[in-house]
Amino acid sequence: MLGEGILKGLAETAKNFAGSFVSADRLTTVEYPEQRIAPIEATRDFPFLVYDGGDWEAGMRCVACQICEKECPPKCIYIEKSKDKKPDALGKPQFYPAKFDIDISVCMSCQICVEVCPFEAIKMDTEFELSTTDRFGGLLLDRKRLAKSNEYYHKVHPTEAAEVDARLAEEKAKADAKAKAAAAPKPATAAKPAPAAAKTPGGETHA
Amino acid sequence: MIENADQIFVLLQAWLLSFLPAAWRPAAGVVLDVVAIICVFPALFALTTVLERKGLGRIQNRIGPNRVGPLGILQPVADGIKSLTKEDIVPLRADAVLHFLAPLVLVVAVFMSFAVLPMGRNMVLVDMDAGLLFFFAMGASTELSVFMAGWSSRNKYSLLGAMRAVAQMISYEVVLLMSSVSVVMISGSLRLTRIVEEQNQYSGIFPHWYIFTPWGLAGFLMYVVAATAETNRSPFDLPEGESELVAGYFTEYSGFKFALFFLGEYLGMFAISGLGTTLFLGGWSAPFSFLGWVPSWIWFFGKLMLSMCVFIWMRGTLPRLRQDQLMNFAWKFVLPMTLVNLMVTALWRFLGEGWEQWVFCTAILVAVYVLMGRAEMRSEHFGPRRYRYAE
Repeated sequence: MLGEGILKGLAETAKNFAGSFVSADRLTTVEYPEQRIAPIEATRDFPFLVYDGGDWEAGMRCVACQICEKECPPKCIYIEKSKDKKPDALGKPQFYPAKFDIDISVCMSCQICVEVCPFEAIKMDTEFELSTTDRFGGLLLDRKRLAKSNEYYHKVHPTEAAEVDARLAEEKAKADAKAKAAAAPKPATAAKPAPAAAKTPGGETHA
Repeated sequence: MIENADQIFVLLQAWLLSFLPAAWRPAAGVVLDVVAIICVFPALFALTTVLERKGLGRIQNRIGPNRVGPLGILQPVADGIKSLTKEDIVPLRADAVLHFLAPLVLVVAVFMSFAVLPMGRNMVLVDMDAGLLFFFAMGASTELSVFMAGWSSRNKYSLLGAMRAVAQMISYEVVLLMSSVSVVMISGSLRLTRIVEEQNQYSGIFPHWYIFTPWGLAGFLMYVVAATAETNRSPFDLPEGESELVAGYFTEYSGFKFALFFLGEYLGMFAISGLGTTLFLGGWSAPFSFLGWVPSWIWFFGKLMLSMCVFIWMRGTLPRLRQDQLMNFAWKFVLPMTLVNLMVTALWRFLGEGWEQWVFCTAILVAVYVLMGRAEMRSEHFGPRRYRYAE
């Protein structure tokens, strides 16, 4: 009969209306600042720099190779290479970034920098509450603001971070074996890997 | 005490007027009434916007606004401040005078129609002999402002919206009038207070509201359809169909003029619900004889807000009609039904008291409704559209 559908529809909306007061699981709204949903592991927004150990400047994995700077499609990364060198995780003296800026107002979250980095030094963050009153300075993140510990990386992307740690440990083991093989005939150089051995990749010793 | 509660506003007015010299009293009384109407209905408008936003939210399993004030009840204050502080933009090539006047004409015309509505016992601004006629005259002049707005904006969306609005409002105006005429046939008066008095009688505990008769129920349902279309409410909101026309005839309005259109739309809903209440739902009379002690104005405004809730409920339920469906529905279904209803009303009157009038009138109405509904749903312009090329 004409009008039947209207009555059915009215009944449906009435059910929704009444049901939303009775059962809380009908309401899908998350009232954001007060309520939050658990972070999703696969989420990503802007890059950050990983460091091992407690000191962000000493433990920075980045060696200022500038691959990410060259690969970045919107050109939002700016790196200045240091003049001197510091030992990296494997104990090898390396350059480090004297300046590392990412303009996150330009960044398009493509993750290409992460994919090209041979040192597992740059990773994607999940921090999204980045609004600021200063749209130029506030969104231009420098070295200090970008540096985040490996523990933090483990917290936001546990699976990925575990894989990265395993890979780094393997490399480290290989490097150690190589160093030992090289050091065996010449005991004079054996002292060199010793301080590096204290600093294992993943920063477990400093945790 | 109960008498006083019922007449509290009448007594209040008399008390206020007693401070004035006798010569000023008639004029001052009218001013007081007008001020009361101008204060009460916009306040109800504010309340309705919250109700609507929260109600629609609940219908869609959302929470609705809950940030401004406790439970979001101060939302209309925030909305008002926002619309007051917005820039008032008039298009460069618009007809500035008409563009300025259109929202004013709308609000004034809608406020005028409140003048004849009896909002309680002895609570009517002007008790006109032809109150119903006055109401419809004022209701029809809102079309003028809608077309003024659409034409003066010099915008294709505005003009299309205005043309749709005028076509729709004129079509449904016929239905609105025809469904109200049956009430006039029975009560024998165009005076709205008289129509309420006729319904304010009880058999046992049940009132003599016109909705409780076959012709009254049919008339009321058609009145609801026509009233929804007349006030451009969903599912008849084609004139402002945001998916195709931006905002229809008030596309080029911003700031407080936009708010005035919004106010006018809601006041129009209040007015037309008030008239529907007066004609079919017994106006300010109580739904049961033993509830007669509750002040009459509470019943009127209660019924008014109830019909607003029905409007909101319909908006949350029904999708928008297509223009040809709208026109076909008005001219090919509702209008013939109102004509049949007029005939049935006449039959009701001349069959006299008894079971015959109930049986015959109900049978005729139901039969016509079912048969016509079936026939129309089968026809091409009324039922689901068949696409010739895009199947």
